[in-house]
Amino acid sequence: MADIAISTNKLTKRFGDFVATNEITFDVQQGEIFGFLGANGAGKTTAMRMLCGLSVPSSGEATIAGYDIYKQTEEIKKHIGYMSQKFSLYEDLNVIENIRFFGGIYGLSGKEIKEKSNTLINQLGLQHEAKKLVGSLPLGWKQKLAFSVAILHEPKIVFLDEPTGGVDPVTRRQFWDLIYAAADRGITIFVTTHYMDEAEYCNRISMMVDGVIKALDTPRNLKKQFSAASMDEVFFELARGAQRKAD
Amino acid sequence: MGDVVLTNISKTYNDGKTVAVDDVSFSVNKGELFGLIGPDGAGKTSIFRILTTLLIPDGGTASVSGSDVVKDYKTIRRNIGYMPGKFSLYQDLTVEENLNFFATLFDTSIAANYDLVKEIYVQLEPFKKRRAAKLSGGMKQKLALCCALIHKPEVLFLDEPTTGVDAVSRKEFWEMLYRLKEQGITILVSTPYMDEATLCERIALIQGGKIMSIDTPDNIIGQYPKKMFAVRAEKMSTLLKELREYDPIESCFAFGEYHHVTFKAENGNNAEALNTYLNQKGYEQVHVKQTSATIEDCFIRQMNE
Repeated sequence: MADIAISTNKLTKRFGDFVATNEITFDVQQGEIFGFLGANGAGKTTAMRMLCGLSVPSSGEATIAGYDIYKQTEEIKKHIGYMSQKFSLYEDLNVIENIRFFGGIYGLSGKEIKEKSNTLINQLGLQHEAKKLVGSLPLGWKQKLAFSVAILHEPKIVFLDEPTGGVDPVTRRQFWDLIYAAADRGITIFVTTHYMDEAEYCNRISMMVDGVIKALDTPRNLKKQFSAASMDEVFFELARGAQRKAD
Repeated sequence: MGDVVLTNISKTYNDGKTVAVDDVSFSVNKGELFGLIGPDGAGKTSIFRILTTLLIPDGGTASVSGSDVVKDYKTIRRNIGYMPGKFSLYQDLTVEENLNFFATLFDTSIAANYDLVKEIYVQLEPFKKRRAAKLSGGMKQKLALCCALIHKPEVLFLDEPTTGVDAVSRKEFWEMLYRLKEQGITILVSTPYMDEATLCERIALIQGGKIMSIDTPDNIIGQYPKKMFAVRAEKMSTLLKELREYDPIESCFAFGEYHHVTFKAENGNNAEALNTYLNQKGYEQVHVKQTSATIEDCFIRQMNE
């Protein structure tokens, strides 16, 4: 089981009568790029919060990097990275300070942080921006930096919640280059997106509708299964029957 | 004469250090559905705020329905509808109270202009006693659109109405815009989603505060200077690197299922030569075909120029 990064079995979250996530069962392999898609309100965020150890499930089981989702949430947090479109870095700290801050949180030594900072700044070509406040950087740079910071501690899995929303088309592609490089190093990528071309870059895709996983396969097989020319069409086919229009 | 006209508009922040809008000129015709297409930070919101009289430009002039954005701001405010990118209705008022509030501000009533919002509002009516804060994202967006429409504006400004919205809801939203356009309302809409560009009559591609091109989506695509090829094979990520190192190739970007490729020198057998090359390199299931450029291809090319 060493090569399974995420394993869930009938994972469920209820809020009163409302079943946000309804018995979802799936496995993600170590090093896989897994696209977690669904309409607004399908239950993606709820599921992701459970997988990150931030929300206790109502029922079902799951292990993340081999750790139990009920009993070992602190271990889970140490072995995952997380970034979202909304908040990932401190805007009023500069680039170096953000790296140092998150490195410290992840328990890296001073020496490791220094080495990582240098490598990362060179890789991203941020030499001239190292002392600039993150708030003053263009969104695309921020997001590339945020991703690199989220994998600073070489986590087993990184969760990316709409990382490329609003990012320009060139930077969006550079962002995916970073994702591929991380996956090549064996980091599992769990990503949500509203860009259907990005769905094509994933090894496998799950489609969530009304709290349930309606389909899960490689992009190619999904297109075959729904006789669709593009992932856009697959998404429409599955999501247009959705009853829930919540967010 | 356009309905919305900008002439050499510029705007800077931080004492001139940050240039948000850089000498922008364009005009939107009456009844047109015009799209401002560009990523975060391109200057779209600054342009919207100038046109809606919420921000004074540093230089240039702009008018909406013939009124100047600085001198005649009061007239403009009565005649436009504005949906900001950030949800700006009253969270602690109900759906009905919000709509009533905005109708009253403009000396009208929900009943007087019900026709215009009816189609959208019927979807909200089951929740009319619910506070705006408790609505889902899609519902909030619909309510915001109703509130921007309730005084029957001549021009509607929609700043990134579909950002963060899923593909199905985005499609529904555009269908609503078409119906509004049929009623003669001029619509200026911005979006970071390049695929939405083709839904507009005319578009301006904007990046770094500058307009890169303005035309119909078809014309912009038609002016793409190179033949576009789509390439796929097993192992798409290594293929991307391989293609970028292949000398005859001018540009190569990932585009979903395929990589989009242009060649430095265009001759009849580019595709065939590439196919042979990739087969020799050991790639399996190689597929090379000519395709048409998309707005996103055009945007990338103009960004790099």
